[in-house]
Amino acid sequence: MSTHVLEHNEPDYLQVKSKHKGIFAWILSTDHKRIGILYLITMGIFFSVAVLLGFLMRMELISPGKTIMDPQTYNSLFTLHGVIMIFLFIIPGLPAVFGNFFLPILIGAKDVAFPRINLLSWWLFLIGGLLAVISIFLPGGPVDTGWTFYIPYSIRTTTNVIPALFAAFVLGFSSILTGINFVTTVHRLRAPGMKWFKMPLFVWSLYATGWVQVLATPIVGITLLLVIIERTLGVGIFDPALGGDPILFQHLFWIYSHPAVYIMILPAMGIISEVIPVFARRTIFGYKFIAFSSLAIALFGSLVWAHHMFTVGMSDTAMWIFSLLTFLVAIPSAIKVFNWVATLYKGSIELEPAMLFALAFIFHFTIGGFTGIMQATLALNIHIHDTSFIVAHFHYVMFGGTGFGIFAAAHYWFPKMFGKIFNRQAAKAAWLLIVLGFNTLYFPLFIAGYLGMPRRYYDYLPEFHIYHFISTVGSWILILGLLIMLINFFVALKRGRKADANPWGGETLEWKIQSPPILENFHEIPVVETDPYDYSKYEIDRKESK
Amino acid sequence: MWLFLFTELILFGGLFIVYAVYRFTYSNEFALAAKELDTFLGMVNTLVLLTSSLTMAMSITAIQKQNKNLAMLLIGLTIALALTFMVNKYFEWGAKFSHGIYPGGNELINKTNGEILYFGLYYVMTGLHGLHVIIGVIILSVMLYFIRTDHITKDSFVKLENSGLYWHLVDIIWIFLFPLFYLIH
Ligand code: HEM
Ligand SMILES: [Cu+2]
Repeated sequence: MSTHVLEHNEPDYLQVKSKHKGIFAWILSTDHKRIGILYLITMGIFFSVAVLLGFLMRMELISPGKTIMDPQTYNSLFTLHGVIMIFLFIIPGLPAVFGNFFLPILIGAKDVAFPRINLLSWWLFLIGGLLAVISIFLPGGPVDTGWTFYIPYSIRTTTNVIPALFAAFVLGFSSILTGINFVTTVHRLRAPGMKWFKMPLFVWSLYATGWVQVLATPIVGITLLLVIIERTLGVGIFDPALGGDPILFQHLFWIYSHPAVYIMILPAMGIISEVIPVFARRTIFGYKFIAFSSLAIALFGSLVWAHHMFTVGMSDTAMWIFSLLTFLVAIPSAIKVFNWVATLYKGSIELEPAMLFALAFIFHFTIGGFTGIMQATLALNIHIHDTSFIVAHFHYVMFGGTGFGIFAAAHYWFPKMFGKIFNRQAAKAAWLLIVLGFNTLYFPLFIAGYLGMPRRYYDYLPEFHIYHFISTVGSWILILGLLIMLINFFVALKRGRKADANPWGGETLEWKIQSPPILENFHEIPVVETDPYDYSKYEIDRKESK
Repeated sequence: MWLFLFTELILFGGLFIVYAVYRFTYSNEFALAAKELDTFLGMVNTLVLLTSSLTMAMSITAIQKQNKNLAMLLIGLTIALALTFMVNKYFEWGAKFSHGIYPGGNELINKTNGEILYFGLYYVMTGLHGLHVIIGVIILSVMLYFIRTDHITKDSFVKLENSGLYWHLVDIIWIFLFPLFYLIH
């Protein structure tokens, strides 16, 4: 397919005039691209706050005993860090920012199915996020329950649990609306010729994610609501003193929160499946396998929640089944990794920044996945439960996986979103620091955890000092890398060279329109004829040059 | 819209799971507590809601037949029935409250754990349902206004149809709640 781009000199979505002025032209806009940018900005701010909290926690842990804060502060910090990172960064990250911006473009549509609901879900996101932050400053003190709000502590503590719970509830609502919107958009608005198996893999992953959002989130919504009711009215649904069952809370909580892990990871896998074929110049290997494994992960992933509860007391049969199911989820995940590696094999790989982040994703995700399997093994689980091994594991999956997926997406699509190109050398330097810092930060925690370092502890025995020290140094390197990456983006926004329509040579639809895109993306709805990853022309070139 | 209704059902589904678990653990106490609810009042309310679903559906047909006044009348009736439901509910709850049966109330505290849970769930689930009824009344009032100002006509009644779907959902949830709390002994 040729890559001619018609220049109509129409103003792009960043400049286009609307009936509102100034900032209102943004916060009241129903253009999916502007909403994506709104998410990007709000999420970026929340992320920075949470990184700062993580930095403070690591400073406290640099040496045994009290270093810079008291235990209660530490409890609040890790709760907030967890809440923000999970509910405000990782879960909305890819779907809300890049999904909003690119889903309609990738399927050749002018907007999502319900633009106004889309705006509403950003508003709910903002309100929920602000509520979470405000709850820190209200009298009563910041929440100290951990992001899982386990009962009965969350009913008995005097801190501001209700605002935080309500914040999570509102955010859940926002996520449901996004899910409904995406599922409907994919069903209804695909351009002519865009058959199911011509959809880019990122779209597949968003579609699977949408279903998980729609099906799982209401359960946690009602659960959190019940805790609120319980705190205000003393109804006693979970409180053992009134006959309730706190373990039921854990079940309900994880019925959502485990699938939520897939809300976090699936879109990231989608991004990786976009980036790899472009920079390997090779048609993706096993397209259908990747598409279906997204659905398989969404399905199986919803059935394994109880592996978070092996130590709380369940029947042996139940533990056995959940352990087995958890092993099963590993299969579709492994399929994806094999397909990516197979695509890379014999490709002509270009180590552009987005590609580097994608490769780091595969590396971290493999470590995170492998240590996840270790936890699905009952005997091992008992040993490492609630140790810093778990902390290392989920940071490898969430940050090393999804976080890096977000960074990959940011580098991949930045030129399209803003029409500017960033400094690639600086981006690579940032990547190096981030990868180095990340592994120095979290790898020692595997070892410490295996040796018995408990998680969520403010203090520790001297024998763990060395691991914590290395880990804290790692956090400095990591944060330095993050800063360079951020500055690089800002400089590019201000002074970057102008990017053309297709700087990386991609084949999916977004590269066929101008950068940044115009208001309704396409002058006329495209008709799709080729597969989304058709790099056969490069493969022919390569054979000839041999 | 269908997807949204689906999520609403799952929301209540979570509560039904809780109910099922506790019913299983405390079956005797639940049966005992259920005897205290007034089946007659519950029955009346079921009929009221069912009728309101009917008037709702009829008003959509009326709009399709361009009979604006009839549609407005029918929606008005639906709202009135919804309010009847709420008033009825108010008396029912009020009676329980005056007997000290409410969370933390002196009568309830002395009952067994199973009964406490039963009433806890009763208040939460019917309360949440009541909230949906109130939201429904608000939505329907807006629809009434839209019909009056010709925002909703024969050619554009999607909004009205969706409100109708929502209203049927409220009805259906009640039809589940009614036997769970009033009928099973
Ligand atoms: C600069 C980056 C980061 C640093 C320095 C950092 C550090 C920490 C530390 C020290 C803890 C407490 C562990 C414990 O005592 O149990 C923690 C917990 C946690 N972190 Fe991070 N983290 C970082 C990035 C992230 C990211 C990107 C995510 C999300 C994807 C994340 C999610 C979490 C969660 C969910 C918890 C658990 C909170 C809890 O136990 O309630 N972190 N982090
Ligand atoms: Cu899990």
